[in-house]
Amino acid sequence: MRDERLLFDDLSFDLYAGELLQLEGPNGAGKTSLLRLLAGLLPFNEGELFWQGHNINTCRDNFYQSMLFIGHLAGIKAELSPLENLHWFAALEGIKDETLLDNALSQVGLAGYEDQPCHQLSAGQKRRVALARLTFTQRSVWLLDEPFTALDKTAVASVENLLIKHSQAGGAVILTSHHALEELPGLKKLTLGEVT
Amino acid sequence: MWNWLKTLYHRLGSPKWFYQITGKWLPWFAMSSLLLLGLGLVLGLAYAPMDYQQGNSFRIMYIHVPAAFLAQSVYMMMAAAGVVLLVWKMKMADVVAQALAPIGAIMTFISLVTGAIWGMPTWGTWWMWDARLTSMLILFFLYLGVMALREALSPQEVAAKACALLAIVGVINIPIIKYSVDWWYTLHQPASIKLTEKPAMPASMYLPLLFMVLGFYALLGWSVLLRARAEVLRREAKSGWVRELLKDK
Amino acid sequence: MNQINNEKPAAFCRLTREAVNSSSLIGVFVAALKREWQLQVRRKGDLINPLVFFALVVVLFPLGVSPTAEILAPVAPGVLWVAALLAVLMSLDALFRPDLQDGSLEQLLVCGYSVAPLSLAKVLVHWLLSCVPLVLLAPLLGIMLYLPWQAQGVLMLSLLLGSLALSLVGAIGAALTTGLGKSGVLMTLLVLPFYMPVLIFGTGAMQAAINGHTALAHLALLAALALVALALSPWAIAAALRIAVSGE
Repeated sequence: MRDERLLFDDLSFDLYAGELLQLEGPNGAGKTSLLRLLAGLLPFNEGELFWQGHNINTCRDNFYQSMLFIGHLAGIKAELSPLENLHWFAALEGIKDETLLDNALSQVGLAGYEDQPCHQLSAGQKRRVALARLTFTQRSVWLLDEPFTALDKTAVASVENLLIKHSQAGGAVILTSHHALEELPGLKKLTLGEVT
Repeated sequence: MWNWLKTLYHRLGSPKWFYQITGKWLPWFAMSSLLLLGLGLVLGLAYAPMDYQQGNSFRIMYIHVPAAFLAQSVYMMMAAAGVVLLVWKMKMADVVAQALAPIGAIMTFISLVTGAIWGMPTWGTWWMWDARLTSMLILFFLYLGVMALREALSPQEVAAKACALLAIVGVINIPIIKYSVDWWYTLHQPASIKLTEKPAMPASMYLPLLFMVLGFYALLGWSVLLRARAEVLRREAKSGWVRELLKDK
Repeated sequence: MNQINNEKPAAFCRLTREAVNSSSLIGVFVAALKREWQLQVRRKGDLINPLVFFALVVVLFPLGVSPTAEILAPVAPGVLWVAALLAVLMSLDALFRPDLQDGSLEQLLVCGYSVAPLSLAKVLVHWLLSCVPLVLLAPLLGIMLYLPWQAQGVLMLSLLLGSLALSLVGAIGAALTTGLGKSGVLMTLLVLPFYMPVLIFGTGAMQAAINGHTALAHLALLAALALVALALSPWAIAAALRIAVSGE
């Protein structure tokens, strides 16, 4: 429920290891809300979420420590440099290896920008800083809200690569995007309808 | 008994059932409050003896004391409703909390004003920074804060939870505030009614007070139900049973 | 009705992979402290403005009341404390709003660690960077208000302890009003009633020192308030942040 409007009614789906799920639907259909619901940022009105066969209420910490959520706003601090931003995300996963972070930045094409404050970067570059997390994270479920926004073609391709690698390694992804992602193996689609 | 309470609780969670059952409770609250207040006022104003020190001016106590009682207990109720909302996610608790806040604020205001009026003949000044008046003033600000927060935030569910949290934080702080204010200023009359002690007043003086306190509580129940019922209708305006109800009228 | 029928149920639960990371809460807490330090040190204006505000409010009193020592000295503890309290309150206003606006707040909530200790890290860094400078500035303003010398030490100590309690309690109000574009006055309204005990004990300590008594009892009470706030308010802040984000 959002602003007294019913967004989802009778919606259910399963997601298994190695799968990519793309949420589709017109603006306002509730794609972002569904992701935020799964990420625990919005409360459930009704309905249940199961993680590895257990109700989410019984394994909250385990789920959230296995989940990586990147929203519209990616949580990149403008005052900090890309490297400093990544330090925090790495610390959340207990990663101390500096080379891993340097690699991450060069993989998303930000080599040479490591120490510039992020407010000097473009929107697409900031987005890349956030997505650089995907190269070193050990979390298995990714929830990505419009990850391709503001990215150029090469960056889109490298993110798609990351998604493929992740699903081949047994991870799972749910993402919202207006991009056509036909070539990705293991892709499922879920279309959210018009609000009535 | 326990099971009965549990069913009652679950049913109260349903707006429709809440609306229907409270419709039946309303006349009882209304009658008992009118009766008790009438009795208390007549006895208190006409039959209670004059105070040997304060003369007739002490009679304002029959408004001041019940209002002060309510001012404090309404805040506790609001926080209790907040706990029910945050822990058990029962939305009707927020309807009640929303109904309580302005009533609590009004009671606090009444107790402040009557305190000031009582102060003039007793202390010779309209306002005195007496510990109890000061605590009451701070309580008044606490109420205003909760109401302002609800006004400012949207959507409703967010405002509801934020107000619940603020009320709970407030309840934890009220004893600290009270203690610190008492400590800051200890020149005041000792509280004249304590539930654990025998009142020092004669029965003809404190019986009307008892009636007035009970009457105020009944009045509180009445007005909270009225406000909560109106709020239920507003929130459920789109649901079938409210449309049905309005069609009949 | 949207239903996806899945063809490969056998793959269920492959996600168990020991993904749950090895990082301890203490490690994450230290990382949060470091990040907050880096961030807040770079927001120079936010650090300096409360100091200027503190000094300005204090200057208003000689202008508004009287410049003579006979009048200023007795009210100096109250003036200094009220001004410092307001400065702390002002400095807290923007504690969480930038985090909400750039998405850091939701990252904090989904990070898989308890939010309370991590928001505590934020408040502690804020206290170190915003309140401790106020404490250092206070004696200077004390001299300008003819505060007796024997009260200067107690002024600093009481402000140091008191501002920790003020920061922690004020952060609850800041968290509750994070979702609002502007919240200055509303936050003040919410938080100031809760500041009164701290003000009472803080100025009480200074009065005791001025009258030549020991201020130990008052300082102990201030420390107790700070400890209670330290134990309880992070949980309230975390709950308030969760509520604020759910409204976005």
